[in-house]
Amino acid sequence: MARMKFLCDADRCIECNACVTACKNEHEVPWGINRRRVVTINDGKPGERSISMACMHCTDAPCAAVCPTNCFYFTADHLVLHDKDTCIGCGYCFYACPFGAPQYPRVGNFGGRGKMDKCTYCAGGPQQDNSPVEYIQYGSNRIAEGKLPLCAEMCSTKALLAGDGEIIAQIYRERVQRRGYGSGAWGWRTAYRETVNV
Amino acid sequence: MRGISSLLLAALLLAAPVAAQTVAPSPAMPTERPHPGASDVQSAAPGVGESRGDGQPARQNPETADPQRPTGTAPGPVPQQAAPTPTAPIPAPPPMTARGPSADELELQRTLQGGRIEGRVTIPNQAAGVLVQPEGRSWRQFHNVTLNWVGGIAVGGMLLILVAFFLVRGRMVMTEGRSGRTIQRFNALERANHWMVASSFIVLGLSGLNITFGRYLLLPLIGPEAFYILAQYGKIAHNFLAFPFTLGLIVMLLLWVRDNIPDRTDIEWVKSFGGLFGGAHPRAGRFNAGQKVVFWITVLGGGLVAASGYFLIFPFWGPLDVNDMQLAHIVHSVLSVLMVAAMLAHIYIGSIGMEGAYDAMGSGQVDLNWAREHHSLWVEDEMAKARQVVAPAGARPAGD
Repeated sequence: MARMKFLCDADRCIECNACVTACKNEHEVPWGINRRRVVTINDGKPGERSISMACMHCTDAPCAAVCPTNCFYFTADHLVLHDKDTCIGCGYCFYACPFGAPQYPRVGNFGGRGKMDKCTYCAGGPQQDNSPVEYIQYGSNRIAEGKLPLCAEMCSTKALLAGDGEIIAQIYRERVQRRGYGSGAWGWRTAYRETVNV
Repeated sequence: MRGISSLLLAALLLAAPVAAQTVAPSPAMPTERPHPGASDVQSAAPGVGESRGDGQPARQNPETADPQRPTGTAPGPVPQQAAPTPTAPIPAPPPMTARGPSADELELQRTLQGGRIEGRVTIPNQAAGVLVQPEGRSWRQFHNVTLNWVGGIAVGGMLLILVAFFLVRGRMVMTEGRSGRTIQRFNALERANHWMVASSFIVLGLSGLNITFGRYLLLPLIGPEAFYILAQYGKIAHNFLAFPFTLGLIVMLLLWVRDNIPDRTDIEWVKSFGGLFGGAHPRAGRFNAGQKVVFWITVLGGGLVAASGYFLIFPFWGPLDVNDMQLAHIVHSVLSVLMVAAMLAHIYIGSIGMEGAYDAMGSGQVDLNWAREHHSLWVEDEMAKARQVVAPAGARPAGD
């Protein structure tokens, strides 16, 4: 099986935020929640880089390790998904996540946390694939249709790559060799304990 | 680049003058672009381009797009060079690779040295500007290892100590037995407030322990569905009971702080371990040193637990970021398990551990012999006050 990963080529990202918008639209993500976001570091300074970041589907996922109800599970492609029917919205996964991926809708009294929402790699949840109940809870399931995540599919500069980790790493390596520079695979050391050596 | 594109554009315009009419002039375009409809464009159009087929060479460069042609006004006289103004040396940029920071190096550096990789986001949630926070790993270590050990030892150890103590010492009884006469120890308000705090604390403690240990202890026993219902209602109860708990702490502080200031009799009490391991009962006022410790653990510990808990209920309140939330959780959880351990001892001694003790919070009336044994100074005070009340003003004891 493939080992699905994200790779953001920060030297190509133009901070258009189309991945953020596409994700929100594709999954009808509630107000206040962004499963994906674009962070610009060194904004306006030398070495400015924009990185599109969402759940990285970590190898040793901290969210799954700290969850009090054990609501996370891993697919055969090693996507880190969660079951909203057993999530209680405690917020622990957000404290543990290095990338700030888990988000919580503000529901109920005092705007308390609702059930956690995060990037599903367009792979839905534990419900039946592409069923209406799955769509309401997790958004669309493109993986079940044989498609890759929409954010990467529609990235205009192909900065955001999604797919099997070895293949996207190889694409990135070839790019870096061709153009002669590259700031590396953001988040890979943290998420996968590996780096893309060029 | 700009010259070539303008060249192509001009050729296109000349090849299709009708289409060119619709092209809106763009400010980004260079100035040598001919205005659509200008006479030179109109006249040059026939016979230019491949599609005409009239013998003209294809891709003929129109005159108007000659990149060598000077445009704009001729440069004026070169302005006199101003004397260079002294400027401060530009500080060296932060260490980076030639074209910016390397993801790998930056992540490794922040992991080892601490600190986050942060930037700017264009979405309203500014907390999302944190790209990588390595502190999450430390918090995971705390939550999954440290807290389990601290909580396990504190709560489990206290239970073991209490069971062992009960087996060795047994129930502490009144040495002189019940007198049959009682004295009011706690009034209705004090008892009601105590039980509000106590019942909140029991639910808060159990639901909190469930959040920490339930995944390992309870989830395998009752299955995910039942466990989810328990955890969900536990979380709701945990959030809501925080408010009566806090209110009760404040009332408790106001009611009892007067009698819980440490004084000289406490030294004596502590030296004899409160008569816990036999020997005579040390003297004590309304609250003995052990009860004073419980009071201050409840008020101060409970206050800190409540304060840190509110930060967790209202996430990212004010200037708080994710690392403050982690810190709030660490304070909350460590103090809570220690408080649970302390309250187990309090519950033990107030119920099965000591004969007559429960009455104080049950009916509020304790046996006089119990009160004399455990709170001798308080009984003396109460008796003196009672005599004051009974005696009319100015009356003298008989025989004086």
